[in-house]
Amino acid sequence: MKETIFAKIEAATSALKTKAPLPEYDVALTHSAPRLEGTDLWEIFSRNFKGVNGKPMSSVSELAEFLKTTGQLHGYCDPALFDTIGAPLAAAGLTVETVYDRSRYDDYQFGITRATGAIAESGTVIIDDLRTSHRLAALSPWVHVAVLERSEIHRTISDAIANFGDSPNIIWCTGPSKTADVEGILIEGVHGPGEQIALMI
Amino acid sequence: MIGNQLIDQYARNITDEKQHSVLNGSAAGTEKRYQVLHKDYEDPDALRKLAASIKDHTLHHLGDYLTKAEQALTSRGVNVHFASTGDDAKQTILEILQGHGVTALTKAKSMAAEEIHLNPFLIGNGIECLESDLGEFIIQLDDDEPSHIVKPIIHKNRREIARTFQREGIAADYNDDPETITRRARVFLREKYMQAQAGITGANFVCADTGRMLLVTNEGNSRFGMAPAKVHIALVGIEKLIPREKDLAVFLNLLGRSATGQQLTVYTEFINGPKSANQPDGPEHMHVVFMDNGRTDVLASNCKEILRCIRCGACQNVCPVYRQASGHAYRSTYGGPVGAVLSPLLFGDRFPELADLPKASSLCGACNEVCPVDIPIPDLLLRLRDKAHQAHVHSPAAIPMSPFAVLATSPSLWRTAMTMSKAMNHLPIQVAPIKPLQDWLGQRTLPDSHGGDFRKWFKARKKS
Repeated sequence: MKETIFAKIEAATSALKTKAPLPEYDVALTHSAPRLEGTDLWEIFSRNFKGVNGKPMSSVSELAEFLKTTGQLHGYCDPALFDTIGAPLAAAGLTVETVYDRSRYDDYQFGITRATGAIAESGTVIIDDLRTSHRLAALSPWVHVAVLERSEIHRTISDAIANFGDSPNIIWCTGPSKTADVEGILIEGVHGPGEQIALMI
Repeated sequence: MIGNQLIDQYARNITDEKQHSVLNGSAAGTEKRYQVLHKDYEDPDALRKLAASIKDHTLHHLGDYLTKAEQALTSRGVNVHFASTGDDAKQTILEILQGHGVTALTKAKSMAAEEIHLNPFLIGNGIECLESDLGEFIIQLDDDEPSHIVKPIIHKNRREIARTFQREGIAADYNDDPETITRRARVFLREKYMQAQAGITGANFVCADTGRMLLVTNEGNSRFGMAPAKVHIALVGIEKLIPREKDLAVFLNLLGRSATGQQLTVYTEFINGPKSANQPDGPEHMHVVFMDNGRTDVLASNCKEILRCIRCGACQNVCPVYRQASGHAYRSTYGGPVGAVLSPLLFGDRFPELADLPKASSLCGACNEVCPVDIPIPDLLLRLRDKAHQAHVHSPAAIPMSPFAVLATSPSLWRTAMTMSKAMNHLPIQVAPIKPLQDWLGQRTLPDSHGGDFRKWFKARKKS
């Protein structure tokens, strides 16, 4: 079958009188100037992240307050982040597990996992297989908290692409899970989180 | 009879409810696209033209890029398969599933899978196969067909969906609140995700340089469906390639904005291999099935530009015919302007069955204007009309044009006819016993003829 397909492609393309060259271009053409206004990457990110209904936060106490007031009291935290985030949350009265047990996927109201970075231009958090402890911990809980450092924020989409690295699986999350399938009405929290938080440490 | 093309018949017979749903949904899509593109870019056209030229280059060198992609994927532990026809693709997928002992899977939205009717085939072979996109899930429950590329249930309203959920036992009672509907699907589907042994997806793009394939969803269904699954199978049309990862910036910035008015779709996933060893969730085995199913014939045709299509649905949203007739009127997987070109071509030898679709257009050009890869759809529609003509495909709705052709090519006959036409203003033609004329007048009001006035004026003007 492979041979047949390639032979048909060859027949079709060799018959072309002219072939389009590979265009060379400046990726700046893809940048959206209004979205990139400002100088501080965290500020630009925060503005665009809020634009997609994400919640940027820059302190653990702010996160603790949000989880308590919204009644999200039980969750998972990547063990590598326990000292900096999990422990203070536990001290604030929340129940924090460092093991994600797939058979209890509905027990976790929040999931705290390591992001690999973020994109300021689009308000996106980046999660990749090599650094995140559990893909599911960013999906099954109502609240997902992506933890990132200021130095990990890419300015543009094209910068993030140029720095993909070698992970076999990378996912960009631009706001909470959503749908508009029913009469075009926006509903958040379809299968994944209804709240997407980016916590800068 | 005039206005009696199959698509007209369909449009006349759909319910007002369905027509309103389609019209409102598509008009809103056009508006959102326009707002976001022009807010974000001074000249969105430059990006569209660039995307078109990248796609053309890829298609003109498709053999090279397909080879590169295959090598890149294979070197990363992905099993690459090729399928000439839809039947080949279905058989290949079934064998992969059987080889891994899969009995239940979830499937993310894929137009390629719709094109070959993968779901019923797998279910018929004893594999539980559940659509995970909310819209496609509802389509599956209703045994319906998607009527839009990105908004599969654009033709349904909340009341129909609530009745479906009640009927199928997804919910115990009737509730048509969109949020409640969504929550109920959330509870039902996540349990299914956790039991699935495999995930089937399409792919929006495949980068030839690294094999990285892209999946976009707003709901997160493909990510969730594949987290517990051990096997990932991606069914990919061979035209989905792009040369380099760098080019993704061009296409990603156009896809979301054109499809749903978003800068980026919520979940944009880049995959070029099974999960990494340290990761507890995700498939251990990955298969990519590159499918031809008529695409190489399109590549060899004079309509190859349609293979640039990135399936955003913008041309459907903007099309006056689609808005009135709905996607189902196109009697094939792809409706709207893109479908009027692609569907007859993909039908191969059965082209005559859909040869009427290219005629279901006023050639207004809106589809070309909104297309993120600048496909000259109106030109392609004309080429297909010609193809139908060359192939002597009978068209039940064609108006006999030969008398007009005689008039229009003879200045003296034309002049006489124009002058004579004024006489019609005084004749009771509404009651003339001429069947085609009556059919025509049944749908239109004829204005008074002013035949010959322009000639008279022009002559007088030259003299003075």
